[in-house]
Amino acid sequence: MNEMQFLTWVRGQGLDLAVSIFLLGVLWRIFEIYSLGRKKDLAAPRHVAGASGWHTIFRRSLPPEGMMKKSPVTYVGGYIFHIGLAIVVFLFAPHIKLIQSLTGLSWPGLPSQFIDLVAVVTIAAMVVVLFDRINKPVKRYLSTFEDWFTWTLAFLPVLTGWMAVQHLLLPYATMLALHILSVELLLVFLPFTKLFHAFTVFGSRWYIGKINGHKGVAV
Amino acid sequence: MSASLEKGVRVLKEVIDAPIASYFSSCVHCGLCAEACLFYTETGDPKYTPIHKLEPLRRLYEQEYTLLGRLGKMVGLSKPVTDDELEEWKELVYNSCTLCGRCSVVCPVGNDIVYMVRKFREGMSASGHAPEGIIGAVNRTITIGSPMGVKLPAVKAQMKHVEEDHGLPIPLDVEGAEYMVMLSSMEIINFPEYLAAIAKIMHQAGKTWTLCSTAFEATNAGMQIGNSDLAKVLVTRIVDGAEKLKVKTVISPECGHAYTALRWEGANLIGRPFTFKVQHIIEVLGEFQENGLLKTEGFEVDKLTFHDPCQLARRGGVIKQQRNLMNMVAKNFVEMPDAGFMNWCCGGGGGASAIEEGEELRLEAFKKKKSQLDAVKPDRLVTACANCRIVLEEGLEHYQMDIPVVGLTEMIAEHIPKQGD
Repeated sequence: MNEMQFLTWVRGQGLDLAVSIFLLGVLWRIFEIYSLGRKKDLAAPRHVAGASGWHTIFRRSLPPEGMMKKSPVTYVGGYIFHIGLAIVVFLFAPHIKLIQSLTGLSWPGLPSQFIDLVAVVTIAAMVVVLFDRINKPVKRYLSTFEDWFTWTLAFLPVLTGWMAVQHLLLPYATMLALHILSVELLLVFLPFTKLFHAFTVFGSRWYIGKINGHKGVAV
Repeated sequence: MSASLEKGVRVLKEVIDAPIASYFSSCVHCGLCAEACLFYTETGDPKYTPIHKLEPLRRLYEQEYTLLGRLGKMVGLSKPVTDDELEEWKELVYNSCTLCGRCSVVCPVGNDIVYMVRKFREGMSASGHAPEGIIGAVNRTITIGSPMGVKLPAVKAQMKHVEEDHGLPIPLDVEGAEYMVMLSSMEIINFPEYLAAIAKIMHQAGKTWTLCSTAFEATNAGMQIGNSDLAKVLVTRIVDGAEKLKVKTVISPECGHAYTALRWEGANLIGRPFTFKVQHIIEVLGEFQENGLLKTEGFEVDKLTFHDPCQLARRGGVIKQQRNLMNMVAKNFVEMPDAGFMNWCCGGGGGASAIEEGEELRLEAFKKKKSQLDAVKPDRLVTACANCRIVLEEGLEHYQMDIPVVGLTEMIAEHIPKQGD
């Protein structure tokens, strides 16, 4: 397989396969998790404004009082790389074109120089949180193979995408093919690793908000 | 209680629900929960990271309820939960967790960690890995009637004392009373002022109330150890008593876990909603204050601060009432850092204070409370939980801090004008 054949494969069959596994995986995991259900809470509820599942979905996006000081790298690094990923994935013009070709949906993108800058900042933030994971005793203690593996899965698409655009290291077509391949790996593994928090974070926040909201506690 | 690993695993499989599955699927190992846990902050030992305390439960969830986990188990990639492992986790699930719930309120993905620890304890106790101290308390509550072995004659003796000292009747088994007052054994043995305070407050408010001879003990060690069957037996005593006496409201005493057991878990344990209301004494006092039924005279003038019991404030949603009550009788009330919703646990909640071998760790964790107290240097410390009170007193004594601890209800009662006002 030469470079062009490789690129053709990742853009065609490879992409189809990865997207299929991703979609089926997401549906399966959502079913597997939420079909377990939960018992109805029979205690007399106490109603307090702001104590509900929906409130908590939004409220948990901000650090609770005093926590920013305790772990600034986690919060600042976390914000930067999550927002950075969202920008480069969804607001880079070629990505929007791809999404349009797959779904018909489209929206305006941002200038590619700005995306470049965001990509570099995102890469830097991801490297910083990786070092924090190695450096902080609690994070190191909690970390398993999955943590290092999923960091790599999330990091490679950003790095290869940026390098392809910058024409670094390898010919453009090869780097682009590697970029697409790395995204496909990310899609395939996302439903079955901690990366799935991208979906369950909403369910988890809703549950904790609802369960505590029943007691009139806004968490 | 015949306990076995098999039984424990079966119980754990039963308690795993959609919230738990969602929580485990959401954890990104960020470690922020450690910063919220006083057992981690005061020891610096990462094994006390709250989410790590659930590792055996997480693995069991994965092996039983996820496709990949089941495959992993089949081909031997994922090792089964063993007795040795659960025994090792005993310290993490009981000694170093007071169910204070601070971890749950800081988790960025919204994992209710304390919800999971409470459920994990069901399996720990069913598999025979609960600490001796709590097992003893549970057995005493089931067979004798209270975790400290207090029986009705002891309550009656105290009733008589209060009646003699204060000239106020202590009603027992009065049908149709508005309030049924519960006690914790700690109050019966160590803090008799509580009962006298209730008598004074109810008398002033003009409310009818009663104790119940078959249900005076409010604490629920069954919930603390994590045995819903036993917790249900204890709650049923109270429900039967309240329904027999046809009271409108049952008052949970100054005890955090008694409140959680009765107010939030009770109906779920017996499988139907209550026919009566449940309120913590602080909620009742707050209502009396708001409705002008609580009148006090004079003020405490020394510097006072308030320790929020976790189950009352963060886990129970009662935060303002105690502050309004403090301000009613105190001129110099100061707040500790993190007071209220984010208050730090005394270190002995959730049954932890009953674990003898956990004492050293408990005192280590108390350094957090010490630092909060050092920040405001109060003359006295007020709280609304008899268990907090005992644990605070032990900690203060250990660190040679001369700060008396008082209960809020009794402090309020001291400011009620003498009879015939």
